[in-house]
Amino acid sequence: MKLLRLAPENTKFPFMRFRRVSYPFSAVLSLIAVALFVFKGMNFGIDFAGGTVIELRAKSGAAEVGTLRTLGEGLQLGDIEVQAFGNPADATLRFGLQPGGDVAQQAAVERVRGAVGGYYDLRRVEVVGPRVSNELVQSGTLGVVLSIIAVLTYLWFRFEWQFAIGAVIATMHDLLLTVGFFSITQLEFNTTSIAAILTIVGYSLNETVVVLDRIRENMRKYKKLPTAQMVDMSINAVLPRTIMTATTVMLALFALVAFGGQVIRSFSVAMIWGIFVATYSSIFICSPMLIYLGLRNEDADKAAQKHETERKADAKVSAREDVAEAPVSAPTKSAEKTPAPSRKASGKRAKTRPA
Amino acid sequence: MLRFSTWKFLAIVAMTVAAVLVVAPSMLSPSHYEELKSRLPAWLTPPTIVLGLDLQGGSHVTLEVDQADLISTQVKNLRDDVRRILREEKVAISGGIGTTARGVQVRVADPADREKVLPKLRQLRNSFSGALMGGPSPLDVEASPDGVIRVTVTDAGITDKSRKAVEQSIEVIRRRVDALGTREPSIQRQGDDRVLVQVPGLQDPETLKEILGKTAKLEFRLVGDPGQNPSELEELDQVEQEGKLGVEKQVMVKGEDLTDAQPGFDQQRSGEPVVNFRFNIRGAQAFGEVTSKNVGRLFAIILDNKIISAPRILTPITGGSGQISGRFTVEQANNLAILLRAGALPAKLNIVEERTVGPGLGQDSIDAGKRAAYVGAGLVVVYMLVTYGVFGVFANLALFVHIAFIFAGLVLLGSTLTLPGIAGIVLTIGMAVDSNVLIYERIREENHAGRSILASLDAGFTRAFATIVDSNVTMFVAAAILYFLGSGPVRGFAVSLALGILTTIVTAVTMTRMMIAVWYHYARPTKLPI
Repeated sequence: MKLLRLAPENTKFPFMRFRRVSYPFSAVLSLIAVALFVFKGMNFGIDFAGGTVIELRAKSGAAEVGTLRTLGEGLQLGDIEVQAFGNPADATLRFGLQPGGDVAQQAAVERVRGAVGGYYDLRRVEVVGPRVSNELVQSGTLGVVLSIIAVLTYLWFRFEWQFAIGAVIATMHDLLLTVGFFSITQLEFNTTSIAAILTIVGYSLNETVVVLDRIRENMRKYKKLPTAQMVDMSINAVLPRTIMTATTVMLALFALVAFGGQVIRSFSVAMIWGIFVATYSSIFICSPMLIYLGLRNEDADKAAQKHETERKADAKVSAREDVAEAPVSAPTKSAEKTPAPSRKASGKRAKTRPA
Repeated sequence: MLRFSTWKFLAIVAMTVAAVLVVAPSMLSPSHYEELKSRLPAWLTPPTIVLGLDLQGGSHVTLEVDQADLISTQVKNLRDDVRRILREEKVAISGGIGTTARGVQVRVADPADREKVLPKLRQLRNSFSGALMGGPSPLDVEASPDGVIRVTVTDAGITDKSRKAVEQSIEVIRRRVDALGTREPSIQRQGDDRVLVQVPGLQDPETLKEILGKTAKLEFRLVGDPGQNPSELEELDQVEQEGKLGVEKQVMVKGEDLTDAQPGFDQQRSGEPVVNFRFNIRGAQAFGEVTSKNVGRLFAIILDNKIISAPRILTPITGGSGQISGRFTVEQANNLAILLRAGALPAKLNIVEERTVGPGLGQDSIDAGKRAAYVGAGLVVVYMLVTYGVFGVFANLALFVHIAFIFAGLVLLGSTLTLPGIAGIVLTIGMAVDSNVLIYERIREENHAGRSILASLDAGFTRAFATIVDSNVTMFVAAAILYFLGSGPVRGFAVSLALGILTTIVTAVTMTRMMIAVWYHYARPTKLPI
């Protein structure tokens, strides 16, 4: 049976070469996201803005959005938003906080019920007061910040510090772009969206860790390979897995978008964007960061090589026991110029024997 | 790789069987479940999965102690206490007892009187706070040189009172909600000044709100006579008629002395719905005394500072029972009886958050969730099959067990399944195969690099394991934080996600490895099929 492969075998795509493009590109996108957040703002749901959402279903026939709007405006509840969705019998009614505190909020719901109760069933009623919504904003923000700190701590323990910083920058990037996505699409932003964001953070780190794990492994295996080349090799090695996993998650999310119903649609749509961004950032943002942060400090490497070459030159004229060092350093130096694949194989074999 | 110990094998099989057994009752239709329950002894009754309010319909209402109301009640009590002390000590004051935003003030001109009164006032703080030992004082007593004494309730006093009000309210609310005949309501305190009430499967959320929103403070007071001093009277709204009515400030009998209240119909006259009540001994005595002394006067029945009715006292009522009439509907009489039986709330509670889902919408959400889960799982299963062939079969079997484990975990933890929870599970379906993908891709890679089949399999599992642990720990941390900070449905999502991550290690790593070991043993492949 011929098995399906989405990723071509043995890719050697030079991902790191794009870092001079990807960084400015992502920086611009992030700035746009911040600008959108500041100037356009988010479509905050009642969880964060406070207010009332009522979902109605007509007792018979279709929902009449126009009539509902006139009726709603007559009740003087401030800006009232009437929307049809899904089933033609369904409509939602949304209005903001009422002046006069929590008691006034409840009174407003009563007025709506009185006005439309005869023709519509109130299928869902959500009322969130001003203090509750403030607390939800606080706990939501705290959650995102805390999770990033917690994960940073874990990475800092498990990996070199450059990895942790790379991962956090990639995560921040994903976070910003997701916020920008919410702003530009004006998808409703509520507590479930916070769940989506935290899941994106989790997935983003998941992606990053998989790539970083391989980089760390290769870093130890190919000590003399330039960092950029080694990182490229690692990303290419995990590429089939990256594509495969992103696809399965996307399949699950598309099922949620298509069949999961209205309530979690904005969650699922945001997640799809998040998966896309997270995959991109693990490759183009986090990994190049390692080079910029001088993961193995190539200058130091070069200095060490130079030093070694000098010592070899010295060795030729100095005492005989020093020459014993030459065979050790010579192959490593020549290997520097050998192309990666053959090195990879030799490295593998070297590793295999003791295993 | 090939040697897989028998006990491990058995343990995994046993866990899988156990998980399926735990989940099975939840998958039954309600009628089948009832039948199963009736056949089993009570202690063996299998638990089923708890559906969140968003899936089964119901109301989630957060109530908060009304601070303004609480403070005004405290100030009122304080004024009564101060008046009592002044009277007991026979201290003359100039002017009346004035109230400030947070307390009362009096001017005691005579320094000797002040010396007498101040220690008594300072002692008030003990009786005021009751159980509050140590900590900041609930009352602040200060005397200025010009003879003005101020007694104010401190912030600590207010916090303490509202905490106590919440404690008492929980009991009252429980009695009220139970009287509605709903099943398994959950009533919990939240912070210092909130109560969270969750009532699943409620058909009529309006009644619930009606019943929660009332303080139900019942008082009996005499209606003022035309010639009475206006300072003794208080103007209150009437429910039956337009306009206000002046009633005496002094409360003759309080609702606390009621022992029972039942809805009924007026037997003698109109046959309209009424509420019949009975007093305890103290209440009966007081009621008898007032009614015999004031035959011919109007006696007001006051609920939450509104006059429900003010019947004329025709004869002394000494039997300790009475009737409240007030042009009620049957439902109103019923609700009033519930409120009176359950007792009054110690302070007014406001609804600060309400989330009500009708049962119809809940069912629609379950259906949508199921559909999404089936389609999502189906797509992933097919995709794994076409990508990995026989190894895809192993991954899919592991995925199946994985989902069974998540549901079993939810059942055993008694955790609620919410709509975002279903989303979490669907997402986990996508994520769960990640571990398998990591392993399989690694196996391929090692095989391509020239290793033998067995060595590739072994390396695939051992090398990928570290990555799986690292990547899952980060995801788990995110889930844990979601759980601790999230509320309601988001928590449900966090639980599903966390369970999914934990079970991945068992299913995707150990189980798959076991299946591949068994397969290798029998198939003896000469070439890796992936």
